[in-house]
Amino acid sequence: MGRFHRHDDGTVHDHDHGDHDHDHGDHDHDHGDHSGYRTGSQRVDVLEAIFAENDARAGANREAFESNGVRALNLMSSPGSGKTTILSATLDELGGDVAVGVIEGDIATDLDATKLAGRGAQISLLNTGNGFGGECHLDAPMVTRALRGLELPGLDLVVIENVGNLVCPAEFDVGEHAKAMVYSVTEGDDKPLKYPVMFRAVDVVLLNKIDLVPYLDVDVENYVTRVREVNPTATILPVSARTGAGMDAWFDWLRRFAAGAPTD
Amino acid sequence: MHELALCEAIADVVKSHADGQHVDVVRVRIGALRQVVPESLSFCWSMVRDFADMPEAELELESVTAAVQCRSCGHDSEITSQWSLLCPRCDSADVAVLRGNEFLVTSLDVSDREPQQTQKE
Ligand SMILES: Nc1nc2c(ncn2[C@@H]2O[C@H](COP(=O)(O)OP(=O)(O)O)[C@@H](O)[C@H]2O)c(=O)[nH]1
Ligand SMILES: [Mg+2]
Ligand SMILES: [Zn+2]
Ligand SMILES: [Zn+2]
Repeated sequence: MGRFHRHDDGTVHDHDHGDHDHDHGDHDHDHGDHSGYRTGSQRVDVLEAIFAENDARAGANREAFESNGVRALNLMSSPGSGKTTILSATLDELGGDVAVGVIEGDIATDLDATKLAGRGAQISLLNTGNGFGGECHLDAPMVTRALRGLELPGLDLVVIENVGNLVCPAEFDVGEHAKAMVYSVTEGDDKPLKYPVMFRAVDVVLLNKIDLVPYLDVDVENYVTRVREVNPTATILPVSARTGAGMDAWFDWLRRFAAGAPTD
Repeated sequence: MHELALCEAIADVVKSHADGQHVDVVRVRIGALRQVVPESLSFCWSMVRDFADMPEAELELESVTAAVQCRSCGHDSEITSQWSLLCPRCDSADVAVLRGNEFLVTSLDVSDREPQQTQKE
């Protein structure tokens, strides 16, 4: 059940006191009295980050990517913004020249993976539903597990489709080199203000479903301005995964990213 | 949102520092930018501590108000609004976060009584 304690290889996890800066020196152990009564409380200073184990695993994932010359992108959004649709168009476009692996985390079923199959990419499914917290974000140990379903040496790029959620995915480093976000014009332009932590964390925002602008009372410039207000540096790309409008700019961005070149 | 998973992570950190002793108090420091709902964390803790063999461990939360340093106007300010991360003085988004990302176990109170589950007569 513990997301930070899953041991896919069957080993029992043992906290390695050697690589933390634990200070156990101020304990005054007296194990002589086992009567079950408290013989006096004492304070132990800890000062350990609660995400320390996740971040260590994320670092290991990043090393695995880098030692194989792979660049990793964490793709996030609220549910239904268009991550899978954008990803399938992307696989069709890049198939020839960039070797792509997909970690598919946003699944209650294998529907998304079915949509992505047959497009020349390696796909590793993550069943995020079987545990506490698993429905709302991916963490680094989950991605470690998914990596076993990919042949990293043959890949240039891994895209991780995160769970549809604007809150917690931004908090968990999974070992990616950049964070991308899909934000569709059907969601309302107040989302950057309501979820500033997520919007500030991302390197590129795909402003999706611009084909629907004529039917909605919205304006793309306004969306761009709202994103800019919380994230002055992100690349913002208005696109329609449906019509293909703007998608070339996204493909260019991703090609540069996969090649390890500057993206802005 | 994922407070249950967070409590499991807290319990792991506590265990590695408690050295098998009875845990009375767990102190956690949380920055406002961590998007943690304190009531929800406390509620989840009341469940997780039983499974983690520390059924009497009280969770004490210390919250840290977010603060930013503005690159436009140069001022440091605390963020009082719940949503915004803009500089309160000039509304610029070009800010560096000074405080608010904290999320750590700061200290424990332990006592010499053994945890109940491991007690053997
Ligand atoms: N009109 C329109 N619909 C889109 C666009 N992109 C995705 N959709 C639709 O939005 C719905 C959710 O898309 P999906 O890719 O599954 O979103 P995900 O949950 O983020 O993976 C599907 O019905 C898509 O066909 C777009 O650019 N325009
Ligand atoms: Mg999807
Ligand atoms: Zn979560
Ligand atoms: Zn300012």
